[in-house]
Amino acid sequence: MPSENTDGHPNGVAADGSGPAFKGLTLVPVSDVRYRMKDFKSDQEVRWCPGCGDYAILAAFQGFLPELGVPRENIVIVSGIGCSSRFPYYLSTYGMHSIHGRAPAIATGLAASRPDLSVWVVTGDGDGLSIGGNHLIHALRRNVNINVLMFNNRIYGLTKGQYSPTSERGKVTKSSPVGSLDTPFNPVSLALGAEASFVARTVDSDRRHLTSVLRAAADHPGASFVEIYQNCPIFNDDAFEPLKDPGQRDARLLRMEHGEPLMVGADRGVVLGEYGELVVADVAEAGEDRVLRHDAHRTDPGYAFALSRLDRPAFEHVPVGLFRSVRRPSYDEMLNGQIAEAETTQGRGDLAALLASGDTWTVE
Amino acid sequence: MPKEVQRLDRVIIRFAGDSGDGMQLTGDRFTQETASFGNDLSTLPNFPAEIRAPAGTLPGVSSFQLHFADHDIMTPGDAPNVLVAMNPAALRANIDDVPKGAMVIVNTDEFTKRALAKVGYTANPLEDGSLAGYKVSAVPLTSMTVRALEDFGLSKKDSERAKNMFALGLLSWMYNRPTEGTLDFLRAKFAKKPDIMSANIAAFKAGWNFGETTEDFAVSYEVRPAALPSGTYRNITGNTALSYGLVAGAELTGLPLFLGSYPITPASDILHELSRHKRFGVRTFQAEDEIAGVGAALGASFGGALGVTTTSGPGMVLKAETVGLAVMTELPLIVVDVQRGGPSTGLPTKTEQADLLMALFGRNGESPVPVLAPRSPADCFDIAVEAARIATKYRTPVIVLSDGYLANGSEPWRIPDVSALPDLSVEFAAGPNGEDGAFLPYLRDPETLARPWAVPGTAGLEHRIGGIEKSDRTGDISYSPANHDLMVRTRQAKVDGISRDIDPLEVDDPTGDADVLVLGWGGTYGSIGAAVRRVRRVGGRVAHAHLRHLNPFPGNLEEVLRRYDRVLVPEINLGQLALLLRGRFLVDVISYTKVRGLPFKAEELAGVLQEVIDRAE
Repeated sequence: MPSENTDGHPNGVAADGSGPAFKGLTLVPVSDVRYRMKDFKSDQEVRWCPGCGDYAILAAFQGFLPELGVPRENIVIVSGIGCSSRFPYYLSTYGMHSIHGRAPAIATGLAASRPDLSVWVVTGDGDGLSIGGNHLIHALRRNVNINVLMFNNRIYGLTKGQYSPTSERGKVTKSSPVGSLDTPFNPVSLALGAEASFVARTVDSDRRHLTSVLRAAADHPGASFVEIYQNCPIFNDDAFEPLKDPGQRDARLLRMEHGEPLMVGADRGVVLGEYGELVVADVAEAGEDRVLRHDAHRTDPGYAFALSRLDRPAFEHVPVGLFRSVRRPSYDEMLNGQIAEAETTQGRGDLAALLASGDTWTVE
Repeated sequence: MPKEVQRLDRVIIRFAGDSGDGMQLTGDRFTQETASFGNDLSTLPNFPAEIRAPAGTLPGVSSFQLHFADHDIMTPGDAPNVLVAMNPAALRANIDDVPKGAMVIVNTDEFTKRALAKVGYTANPLEDGSLAGYKVSAVPLTSMTVRALEDFGLSKKDSERAKNMFALGLLSWMYNRPTEGTLDFLRAKFAKKPDIMSANIAAFKAGWNFGETTEDFAVSYEVRPAALPSGTYRNITGNTALSYGLVAGAELTGLPLFLGSYPITPASDILHELSRHKRFGVRTFQAEDEIAGVGAALGASFGGALGVTTTSGPGMVLKAETVGLAVMTELPLIVVDVQRGGPSTGLPTKTEQADLLMALFGRNGESPVPVLAPRSPADCFDIAVEAARIATKYRTPVIVLSDGYLANGSEPWRIPDVSALPDLSVEFAAGPNGEDGAFLPYLRDPETLARPWAVPGTAGLEHRIGGIEKSDRTGDISYSPANHDLMVRTRQAKVDGISRDIDPLEVDDPTGDADVLVLGWGGTYGSIGAAVRRVRRVGGRVAHAHLRHLNPFPGNLEEVLRRYDRVLVPEINLGQLALLLRGRFLVDVISYTKVRGLPFKAEELAGVLQEVIDRAE
């Protein structure tokens, strides 16, 4: 993965110039244009509410895209329906603002038939986990080479404020005046349950962290799932404030770094519990040597899943960063491999021969 | 002394047995023998939705009907001349369709007290006189098969399983069919199980030899090859022809084929067939559901592939949303609906034509989509190529309405000369089309009204599309009243305009003075054609026309309708085309409908037709 300041190759080209440095983009051509952030801004007026977290994510994304080092025309953003799904209109790449929940399916067909594209899916908690939950888990289990960015604001915005599949139980909204009854999904747990090969979480307002997660997602061959905590100032304002407020965030965030101890603030660390679960303990009490070092590359998703269960509704401790990043063959890689294999071993198909296959007879 | 050989001009045979008895395979093999002999033929498989319904029960009966002749024929036939009944259930389920005088071959070994009771026979029909009037041949098929295989060291069960090959051998003798194809087939099918292979071959030969030596069968029959137009032929089912047509469509357009599909009866065989053609660059994607199947196909189309999805009625319902997106984004997409009985799960393995109005109108908003329907199994090939032509030329989803009867039925197909197929090359947008180097994704071709197809990877044409109303020319989001009105009318005009680019409706009116027109669409072509022939044979004057383009209609349809005093429209639904014709043209057509899950019988339609003619005169 290229570092943030790409040593002399600002467009993220591999050191030997052979292709993009990002391992998720090895089949995408290298750009000979050096892009800047403004090259990825479209001419459309951005129409989110003032203060919406989507602005910050858009800016971070536009700022990050030049790093990819691939031609702008080889980037495609596919979205569903919802506030976040307006994303493609604001980028100067190819894009499709599709239908509610279906973006992962549409992106699957596109990525599977066009390995030369960098395909990004932008979705929200309603789009991706409610109406489109099925497509999301199947795209993740298949490991299609797409990057899914799920903006989680824990509310339905575009339909004006009903509870979403990530809203906390008991939430009072327009459609739940005495409190919602649903138990929320933990999106990271769900993605890991589908055995997603790349799962990460970040926060809209932390541009540096957000960009580093985008970089890791692009670098991952196969499906990447990124949950982005995003603020909806109109219907669910300050939902993630404890994780953003400089006065308290450091004591709550579990910033996962591969190979580093799993620490929440300076005093608390993640240790193995009695039944194999993970627990956050006072390091002074538990002993420093019991604090686990993060391993994002474990083949078994159980550890990453256990990490995802550390979330607490009141944000006492919340992991952010890479939960899991493992390499397994991507769907498109295998599909195109089968095509290439057939063409190599049997030769390119001949239509006349196909039509005349089987038992034939001739009438004079 | 050689047995007498009688010449017949046509024969209808129905093989019937338990779902596990291998009746579809038996019928299929007999069909291949018949095809390679050069008869014209038409087949009608009929099987339950359950994979293995309880043995010996009525719901478990599976049958295969084959009509073959020394002249060209149009249907699998109304009533069998020969019924092969492998057990009492098969006899009970089918005997009502068999006219008196026909031959009934029964497997007496299965006519036990228990098996008879299971299907409600209180007495053995072979003994109580209830089959009087039929030419009954009582043959202990099972025990004779077991005896023929005594030396093969197989279990009794394995030996018994070869009884369908014994029956096939017997019928192959009776109709003087060539056998080499079946022997080759058995050798290939059981190449890895040599003992089963030898047993099946031995059973087949034992059946043949039994026919030749027994005194029960004094006569064998000959049906000479049909004088079909010259060419190379093969037998083909509708689903295979449709699959080949899609591969051909991809080759002719120069686009890679991408199929997104979810398994559903009776469409799954298209997915199976296409998944075998990777060397043509065909990508098949078995999706998590019907919605993802069509979604992936549309995504592939956006990327420049020929996106296809295949399904049946219950899946069409789920795809409506994405078809609407394809209408809005004006991308090519082929949606194949192999219709079956509905509503809901309905009759999964039976045929129907009741998805026509859903295909035309089953989406929100004004959402025009071209609709095509093949008229015979072999025509599925041509319709698939036509769908590829319209979808890519006009940048639109196209719905193909096949049906269960066409999908599984088969007929001889004169293999087309590939070099004579149309060139459907597609040109993607390569550069800006607006002023100052701008790209206008919704600037239309003045002739076709199609918009440019600019695929990702093309520099300078980056653009965004989606389901929100588009501004004319620029494709930007637009909520303007005037623009919406313009775009709704333009999308409609684009689809309507296709009528100028399709063949006019041909009318078959040999005497040129018929007062009555019978107008059908899709899979009823054979039945209607056969009915028309019957009527004409007895001096009736009737014109026949058949629609393959249901939206838009051929440009001359109204003129054709007005040319006749009466128009009869037979359909396997409750009058959906009739509703369209009345609404569109204010012509009071006569609707005749049946929804029994089966094709029309020619005799029945001929009667209806005669009545309409008589009333007109």
